[in-house]
Parts: sequence; structure tokens; C-alpha cells
Amino acid sequence: MNEILLKLLLAAICGGVLCVIAQLLIDLTKLTPARILVLYVSLGVLIYAVGLYEPLYDIFGVGMSLPLIGFGANIGRGVKEAVDSTGALGILTGGIGASAGGITLALVLGLLASLIFKPRSKRM
Amino acid sequence: MDNLEKKRLIDKHSPKTKLFKNSALAFLFGGLICALGEGVFLVLTGIGAEEKTAGVLVTLIFIFAASALTGFGIFDRIAKHAGAGTLVPVTGFSNAVTSQAMDSSSEGVILGVGAKIFTVAGPVILFGISSGVLYGLIYFFAGLIF
Repeated sequence: MNEILLKLLLAAICGGVLCVIAQLLIDLTKLTPARILVLYVSLGVLIYAVGLYEPLYDIFGVGMSLPLIGFGANIGRGVKEAVDSTGALGILTGGIGASAGGITLALVLGLLASLIFKPRSKRM
Repeated sequence: MDNLEKKRLIDKHSPKTKLFKNSALAFLFGGLICALGEGVFLVLTGIGAEEKTAGVLVTLIFIFAASALTGFGIFDRIAKHAGAGTLVPVTGFSNAVTSQAMDSSSEGVILGVGAKIFTVAGPVILFGISSGVLYGLIYFFAGLIF
């Protein structure tokens, strides 16, 4: 039971800290939310590339994978595994391949929502 | 202390309290979302899912939840307080995609929704993929040399 609590706590701390850094960047610099997202995704690829992501993921779990850093790290992992198995072609196929599930689901749901729900600006 | 002085004092200090409040809320909501995600992960692995599969499923579940909450207009009400707390987890990505799609539906399905759905998703995907290609190039050629 304590082990489960510890895992939840570690995930919360890591996710919380990553969010605070983003909030401070928004409040103190001119970075817009869209730029933060781009920054975090690219940072995720970098963190994976230098080999820091896996050990951090082992400690913080979903606290690392759910923030967009995890999205980027997933792209990095996809590229590495694709290069390992298919060679140079993997440089091109690995990234989208690994992130296909998330991107596809988000886009399809977005399309569905635009058909089902009325635009918010009109509802008001 | 006259009123003007009071106001100046408040103005001087309010940005800091706002900064602290925003950060605290971001920590709280971001932490809560990730703890919730870890909880879902533990349940999924508990009922026999592989760790890798469970990790992907958690991300997909949160993408779905954020999209649905955006559709029903609930997400914005939470995000207003949470700030980066709901932006940084994958929920922020999903919310950006769905809200852009919904807001542009009046401009048509093809060039309205079809194009504008990528307003935030586009940069995220483009720079994520490009970073990946850069890493792939370095990884591939480093592998040839060493």
C-alpha cells in the first residue's frame, strides 16, 4: 500500500514541478502556451536522446510520461528503435510511428467534437 | 498612509502574489492529473496490462477525457484556474486540438476545421518530429562511426 502511495506521490511531484516551470515561463517571459508545448515536446526528445528519460521515468512514472515531455520522449524512442531495426529509414519513420496513437486520437476526437458540439463563441 | 500610497503598495505586491498563486495552482492541478494517471497506470498493470501498453493507454485515456471535457465546455472552466497545470500534461494538447476544431467549424469543415485543427497541434507535431529526425540523424551516423 505504501509503495502505491509513494508512486502516486512521485508522479504528482514530477508532474507538478514540470507544470510550475511552464507556469513561471508563461508569467515571467513572453512565452505563449503554444510555445511552451513546442518547447516541452522538443525537450522530451532531447532528454531521451541524452539517456535521461528512462531513468527518470523509472522513478516518476506517469509524472514524466503524461506531460508533453513524455510525448517527445516517445518520438525519440520511436526513432531510436526504428533506426535499430530498419537502419537509416527509421530516421524518417520512427517519430510519427511512435506518436501515431496520440496524434490520431486527438485529431479524430477534435473532428468529431467540431461536428457534434456547437462552437463555444456562438453558444454564449 | 493615503489611498494612493496604498494602491501603489498593492500594485507593487500583487504581481508576486499572483505569480505565487498561479504556480501553486499549476502544481496542484498538474500534480493531481499525473497522480490520477499513475493511479490508472497501476490499475491497468494490476489487471495484467504490459507496462508499455499501459503507459500508452494512460495517455490515450487522458486525450479522450480532455477532448470530451472540452466539448462539454468543462475543460475551460478548470483550465482557467489550473493554467499550466492542465496545459503541460497531454490534456493541454488534446484541449487545443478540440477547441480549435470546434471554434472553426463555422468556417467550414475542410478549410475551417481541417486547417485550423492544426493551429496548435501543427507546431507541436512539426517540432516534435523534426527534433526526432535530428536525433535520428545523429544516432544513425554516430552508430556508423563508433
